Amino acid sequence: MMEKITPIPTPTSQPYFDGCRTGELRIQFCEHCESYQFYPRVLCAGCGSESLEWRTASGRGTIASFTIVRRAVSKAYEVPYVVALIDLVEGVRLMSHIVDVDVEHVRVGQSVTVHFEPWGGDVTLPVFRLLDQ
Amino acid sequence: MRGKYAIVGKAETAVGVVPDYSPTELCVQAVAGAVRDAGLTMGQVDGLLTCNSFAEPIMYHAEAIAEYMGLKPRYCASVNTGGGTTFAAVQQAAAAIEAGMAHTIVIAMADSLRSFMTRERAMIVQSSSGHPLFEQPYGATVPAYYALIARAHMDRYGTTEEQMAEVAVSARSWASLNEKAQMREPITVDDVMSSRPIADPLKVLDCSLVSDGGAAIVLTSAERARDLAHQPAYILGYGEGHAYEHIMQSPDLTCSAATQSGAQAFAMAGLEPKDINMLQLYDCFTPTVLVQLEDLGICERGEAGAFMQTHDTRPGGRLPMNTHGGMLSCCHPGNPGAMFALTETLAQFRGECGARQVEHADTALLHALGGIMSSHATLILGREV
Repeated sequence: MMEKITPIPTPTSQPYFDGCRTGELRIQFCEHCESYQFYPRVLCAGCGSESLEWRTASGRGTIASFTIVRRAVSKAYEVPYVVALIDLVEGVRLMSHIVDVDVEHVRVGQSVTVHFEPWGGDVTLPVFRLLDQ
Repeated sequence: MRGKYAIVGKAETAVGVVPDYSPTELCVQAVAGAVRDAGLTMGQVDGLLTCNSFAEPIMYHAEAIAEYMGLKPRYCASVNTGGGTTFAAVQQAAAAIEAGMAHTIVIAMADSLRSFMTRERAMIVQSSSGHPLFEQPYGATVPAYYALIARAHMDRYGTTEEQMAEVAVSARSWASLNEKAQMREPITVDDVMSSRPIADPLKVLDCSLVSDGGAAIVLTSAERARDLAHQPAYILGYGEGHAYEHIMQSPDLTCSAATQSGAQAFAMAGLEPKDINMLQLYDCFTPTVLVQLEDLGICERGEAGAFMQTHDTRPGGRLPMNTHGGMLSCCHPGNPGAMFALTETLAQFRGECGARQVEHADTALLHALGGIMSSHATLILGREV
């Protein structure tokens, strides 16, 4: 049985993955320029400050773009699945899946909310559902 | 730097399915062919720029290629900015000559994605362009990453799948005139629309080929170029732009750093988009061409789809594009893909192109990109300075 691609957390990104396991979407906040960033880094990509703290995001956002994958990257992924870029209300963009939806009904601009799925090993990852479902 | 350097030699290996030679061997063949074509000897080459191979990676690639051929260059390096590598290498070679690091530099690239990699391995290598922690786990393929750009363009501007399909049809109409092209049978918009879905809205005919092959060019000073036998292609302008690496970090999916690289190239050349009479754009997927047409100023924002429906880019059209058939229909051996835009432009300037020869093409705009619309390099080549 082939397994999905599973991230190997690094010390810097560990709080993100720890959050996922407890049902929290955590992103970094720069105390210097007062903005969020994603993905986790050792410094702020906006201002270079190393004064970063982890905050729990709302988990709400909108679909910036999406695709329905018809030919999977490997047999571990069951087609069709929706890969989307999500703009969180905190102002950062991340990649995820839109799940529990008729793939034909997904549109740019739809509101989505996070939920968490076990991925492999002890890693849990965020995926999103349409808000009005 | 405008007009100071020129491409004076070119060679393409066999392309398509080429099982009899390794990527290293194809690369070496391309180097030797380009030097011969320029009317030079190996002893006159003192610089070598290559790009590593996916199928046969070598830790110090350019050095290994030089060793294989008995070359002992004083300037030797491998460049890697993905698909944009080819034109980035041209800029670096010109800068190296300007800095006195070499007089005559060969740029050579080859790979064998078709014959020297299994399909599974090719899929894994391709998708490894995604961020290992925050993109790859979601199982996006490279077409899926580009589909995000296509969808965003459709949503913002009303661009249609039929308009994107026109890019593939245009490429094939040129490839049908190119004996060397991997795919030559003419296709229609309906053929593209009904081809196998890969990652909506992209179908298989919206996606470039998977090929073996290599190519090389020789770059030297314009002064030396005038003493050589063939018509050169003078470098009138170039520019680069690098906005991000992973698609999740793209600030605007419908507008890329081609805006920046193109503006630099036009400024250096002292030209405007209206002065261009041949295009060689990076057609890894059909929607990327629409974004480039807009970013490079050939079309207004949101109008590239309608522009493709004028058929101006096809044979006989006002603005011939990807006259060899591009990566959609001629060949796409990975990072070397845009090398064939360079060799084709020089062939067009020399009048060697037979059935696909473009009349009066003397100013060409070339663009290549790497990553997922991430790294961009623009080149403006002229038949005269």
